[in-house]
Amino acid sequence: MQDLTEQFVELIRRTSTDLPPDVEAALQRAQQTEAQGSAARGSFDTILQNVHMAREKSAPICQDTGTPIFYVRHPQGRSTRQLREQIRAAVVESTRRSYLRPNAVDSVTDQNSGNNLGDSAFPTVHFEEVEGDELVVDLLLKGGGCENVGAQYSLPNSSLGAGRDLEGVRRVVLDAVHRAQGQGCAPGVLGVAVGGDRGSSYYASKEVLFRKIGEASPDPKLAALETRLTEEANQLGIGPMGFGGKTTVLGVHLTGMHRLPACFFVTMSYMCWAHRRRRMTVRGEQVEIA
Amino acid sequence: MRAITLPFSDEVIRSLKVGDPVGLTGVMITGRDTAHKWMIDTFVKKSRPAQGDDAAAYAAIQPLLAGGAIYHCGPVVAGLDTHDYRFVAAGPTTSIREEPYQGDVMRHFHLQAVIGKGGMGPKTLAACGEVPGVYLHAIGGAATLIAQTVTRVLGVYKLEFGVPEAMWVIEVKDFPAVVTMDAHGGSLHAQVEIESKAALERLLSV
Repeated sequence: MQDLTEQFVELIRRTSTDLPPDVEAALQRAQQTEAQGSAARGSFDTILQNVHMAREKSAPICQDTGTPIFYVRHPQGRSTRQLREQIRAAVVESTRRSYLRPNAVDSVTDQNSGNNLGDSAFPTVHFEEVEGDELVVDLLLKGGGCENVGAQYSLPNSSLGAGRDLEGVRRVVLDAVHRAQGQGCAPGVLGVAVGGDRGSSYYASKEVLFRKIGEASPDPKLAALETRLTEEANQLGIGPMGFGGKTTVLGVHLTGMHRLPACFFVTMSYMCWAHRRRRMTVRGEQVEIA
Repeated sequence: MRAITLPFSDEVIRSLKVGDPVGLTGVMITGRDTAHKWMIDTFVKKSRPAQGDDAAAYAAIQPLLAGGAIYHCGPVVAGLDTHDYRFVAAGPTTSIREEPYQGDVMRHFHLQAVIGKGGMGPKTLAACGEVPGVYLHAIGGAATLIAQTVTRVLGVYKLEFGVPEAMWVIEVKDFPAVVTMDAHGGSLHAQVEIESKAALERLLSV
């Protein structure tokens, strides 16, 4: 069995220190929309300078390296037990090398484990068997500040006038963005699951964050709502860091799910501007990180 | 950017207004969720008896906090095994979680600046008026850049809280931040909240 521990360390290093090009480009576009000398413009200047510096120094973009969330798509016959062991070993080594902050805190004893290993959900590893010979591992590092402003609504919601339809979805998402203000390190990227149950929808709202910024939902109705929500969220004027400004979100990604007749959940995961996600593809001995 | 040297004077604090960019130089201390709860329970409310090295830690942090700044930050620190500490990544954490504690910590220690991100609420704003004090907003996520302004790690208290929650004493040079809450009742966060609420109501009225 191939030992991928060192490759997983490299996946973690790249994710923590090297912001994906689509996110950086979105930040650069946002920078240009803000007036010279404004606090918003200054925020984007600092953010982009930090992105360059982190890449150059191979240091974490943000000190909150978050929950490492792995999505592993593996061919038939691959041992998921061994892959999990290698991922956990890589997380320990990445913490030792300061690519990750020790983040796993026992909620009962309050003890930080010191090496980023907690229970079986820390780090989070999702496995799915797929056709073909490739092993594909997606990693998302999602910090606590933005995780705290995630939200779930059960429709109908009378105080927001939100019924069980896409107009209701629009209303609660705008409410969630308003409630978040700058707390989740705006401008954020929203992952929104429409439907599902309370658990499956949170999972899906994170998975949809792997779409590139600007990559529309394949469903034309959801794609239209994504465009509208991006424009309207930016009209809220919250701006980078909540300083006020033209860019409050960099993008909105929606995904539809089946639901029970009695339930209509809208679940939003808010990802901070430091949208750290990378993909590793393994074909035989060849390993590629993009 | 206005260069300010720590510790502060009341005069300097009162001269700061919402929107002013500042660069801080001097010694400050980090403290976040666990540290604030510990300070309040052990030394302000005294609902928990001081134990272990609590008294010694208090004696060490008290002169740093008086007229000084606390930084809401859980850093990535290199050199943990050798104790030759170095900040690798050190951006601010979300401050609003300390809203139940911050005002009382400011009054107890005569703490004059709180540095973090996302802003704080009315209790902290009231303390800013009384002490006097300011809230300084650092750029969230700008962790590598801010770590470059940390010239030395002078020590650490309550490391048993874990690396992110410990109180790190750091020397900084030109640490960048913006005043978003001042000693005169001004709060950029309250203003943006009101304006964005009005925008939300317009969008929901259709």
